[in-house]
Formats: sequence, C-alpha cells, structure tokens
Amino acid sequence: MRFIPLLLVAALCATHSHAQEDLLGLLGEEESGPEYTNAAFKTTRVINGHSLENTAAGVLDFRIGHRFGPVNGGGREAYGLDGATVRLGFDYGVNDRLMVGIGRSGYQKTIDGFVKYKLVRQCDAGCKAPITLAVVAASSMTTLASDQVPWYNPSRTDYFSHRLSYAWTVIVGRKFNETLSLQLNPGVVHRNLVAAADSPNDVFHVSGAGRVKLTKRLTFNAEYFNVLPDGLDEGFKQSLSVGFDIETGGHVFQLHFSNSAGMFDRAFITESTGDWGKTFSNPSDGAGVHFGFNISRVFTLHEPKRPKG
Amino acid sequence: MNLLKTFALSLALAPLTLAAQERYMTRTGHVDFHSSTPIEDIHADNDKVTSVWDATSGAIEFSLLIKAFTFEKALMQEHFNENYMESNKFPKATFKGTLKGVAADQLAKGGSYQVTVEGTINIHGVDQPIKTTGTITVDGKGGIRAESKFQVKPEDHGIKIPGAVRKNIAETMDLNVRMDYTKMP
Repeated sequence: MRFIPLLLVAALCATHSHAQEDLLGLLGEEESGPEYTNAAFKTTRVINGHSLENTAAGVLDFRIGHRFGPVNGGGREAYGLDGATVRLGFDYGVNDRLMVGIGRSGYQKTIDGFVKYKLVRQCDAGCKAPITLAVVAASSMTTLASDQVPWYNPSRTDYFSHRLSYAWTVIVGRKFNETLSLQLNPGVVHRNLVAAADSPNDVFHVSGAGRVKLTKRLTFNAEYFNVLPDGLDEGFKQSLSVGFDIETGGHVFQLHFSNSAGMFDRAFITESTGDWGKTFSNPSDGAGVHFGFNISRVFTLHEPKRPKG
Repeated sequence: MNLLKTFALSLALAPLTLAAQERYMTRTGHVDFHSSTPIEDIHADNDKVTSVWDATSGAIEFSLLIKAFTFEKALMQEHFNENYMESNKFPKATFKGTLKGVAADQLAKGGSYQVTVEGTINIHGVDQPIKTTGTITVDGKGGIRAESKFQVKPEDHGIKIPGAVRKNIAETMDLNVRMDYTKMP
C-alpha cells in the first residue's frame, strides 16, 4: 500500500499542472501552407532592368520613366534637365507568377512589350526554394519615319522586321535578409538589323543587380549590364546605374544616375552612350551620366479572393 | 484499504477527465480590423485564427499569424507586413486571459451569454493589458460562437506611422473577433 501516498501526490500534481497549462500547446504545431518571400525589391524594376519581383495579381502598375540629358551639360542645360526622354508604361499582374507590360518610349519612338514569368519562388516556410527564378521575354518596335532610323540607307528596302528587336532575360535572385537582395540577370538581345556588317545580331550579357534597404521606406539600388566582349558597337558603353527607391503609400519613386538614356532592353543594354568617367568633364568631351526617375503607381483592378467578414 | 485506493485513483484522474470534457477549440477563427479615416478605409481579414477556451477554468487563448491577414490591395498587405507589423520579426499576435460570465454547465443548453474577457494582448512583440466584453451564443446543437469587438492603438504596440500617411491610417483600429468553437475530444 506504499503507492497510495504516491497517487495522492499525483492527484495534486495533476490539479496543479491543469491550472498552468499552455492551452494552445494542446493543439500542437500548426501546418502552414507555403509562405513565399515577399518584397525583395520595392518594385518590378531595379532601375532599368527587371527585378525578381512581379506586379501582384490583379494589379495595374502605371510607370512613368524620365531620363534627363547628361549632368555634365552644365548650368546652361540645367544639368541635363532641359532635355528628357520619357517612357510611359502599363504593367499588369495576371496571376502570382505571370505579369505582362507595354510601354512607349520617346527614344527612337519605340513601343515595347514583355512577358515575365516566375518559375520558382523563394520560400520562407512550407517549401524549400532558396531562390527566385524568373524569365522575361521582351520585344521592341521602333516607329521612326523610314528616313530617320539610325540604319537609314536609301538603297535598302525598309522592311518592317528591321524595326524589331527581342530580349530574353533569366533572373536568379535571393532576398538574403531584410536588408540585402541580390540577383543575376544574364540574357541576350537580338537585333533584327544592325548598323554595320560586323555588328552581332545577338548580344549576350551577364549582368547583376542588388539592393540594400536603408530604412523601411528607402533602399539603395545598383545594377550593371555587362555585355560580353565584341558585343557592343563602337561608341557604346556598358550600362551602370545607381539610385534610391523611395516608397510612399501607393507610389514608389526611383531616383537614379545612369549612363543609359533608353528604358527598354535593346536601348540600355546595347546603346548606352554616357560615360561614368566623364561625369565631371566638359560637355564637349562627351556625355557623362544622366539623372532620371521612375514613378510607379499601382491600381488594384481585381481584388484577390479573400474571406468576407 | 481498497476504498482508499479507489479514492486516490479517482482524485488523480478527475481533473483530466473534467478538463477534457470542457475545452473548446478552433483553427479557423475570424479576426478582422478596420481603420477608417476621411481619406481611406483599410480593412483586413484573417480566417486562420487559432483559439482554445477552457470553459471550466475560464482560461482562453488566441494566436494568429500576421501574414495571414488579407487586404483588398496587395500593396497594402505588403506594407502592413513590411513597414508596420514587421511580420518577419514578429510573426504572431497572441492573447492570453480569462473569460467570465458563463459556466461550463450552461453550455449544454442553448442561449446567449454576455461575458467579459480580460488578459494580455501581444502585438508587434509588445504586451498590453486589455479588457473587453463579448457574447457567447450556444445553438443547442453543440455549436458555440464567441464574438467580441474592441479597439487597439498601433501606437501602444510600438508601431510607428510616419507623418506622410498619418491622415490615411486611423489612430485606433476597430477589431472584430468571431470564433466558432468545437469541443475538444
């Protein structure tokens, strides 16, 4: 009968633990569905090039891009502010993986369009992907008058196809932590017609971009497009841009310096004329960098399916 | 001696059986909040709230994932998580407290009971004491619904709202809680 006192002790213990119980602990760990990493970049473009982010499903993103003249134009040119090239564009998120967009640039009066698809999405919980993998297919069409296109030659028939170019990009990126996101975005630009016989139609580049989050609403961004040797025509430079994203409620303002004036793939990857080395040079020595900005304003066209409460 | 043995045994088991019979839980509870200003109305819903209520002791607990709140605008949801709730750092909001006003044996029959709930709410990693009233409705078929409305100030939980959007976001959020409990086996 020695165990009777033991039972009594057990009875007391049971009552005691009952009072202190962690009720939610009784349910055990919850199964949660896949939770994808979000906000690796503030918007769908790092500066000129695509970031690994998509426009959210059902959201229309109206984007206004400005690139001013070279800053080293001096005070008379208001440091470039007098001359601007503009791109107006609309992007739309078809679903969580697919987005499409069109735009019209003043640069060579070009219309461009693209499709971007996320094949793999980086995951915080519930799945294992350590990176995001996206592909972008873009094309552009120059609508300049026949005698104004850069390749104008009276002895050549001006076929419509001459005005087209294509660009394919693969984006592999990761949000390492709240502060740092990096991506590699190699790709190829195909030009249907090039200015000189020895210029390649296909221009390959191995490029990268990143951002550092400085405060909740401010990030520092940089991107570099590194065209492989012999890809660039005489007089054109590799594209390097640095800038800041400033986020307010429904807008993202991107302010930056870039040696590219164009805002679609062919233009900034293969036709950048500015030279970072001439940032402070006399304007007669050539163009330096351009100041520019992008404004992104989103409109929710279709609300996501959500519980009604 | 046999009698004593039985007595001790039943005493040991009693709290277990009692408690097991009067606990209620849900994993699909509903919490929504609303911020209303002349400029903008913001509303978000969460239908994956977990709660356990021990009707015998009155102890009640809630837990929800901040990321499970859905908004009408994707960007609002991103900003809510990124800029205000910092949901990577503070993934959950919890409540722990006691519910008074209804006895376990009343739950067997249908009816509506006014109750008070008091305890500690943790949002954005910051504890605040809270006291509110609610209703428990029993439909007589075993369905038990708990409802409550109360207010929370983001400022009290260390959530900073910058001047630029001060006019878009209310100083106090109106919260609605609705739990449909089922008896725990």
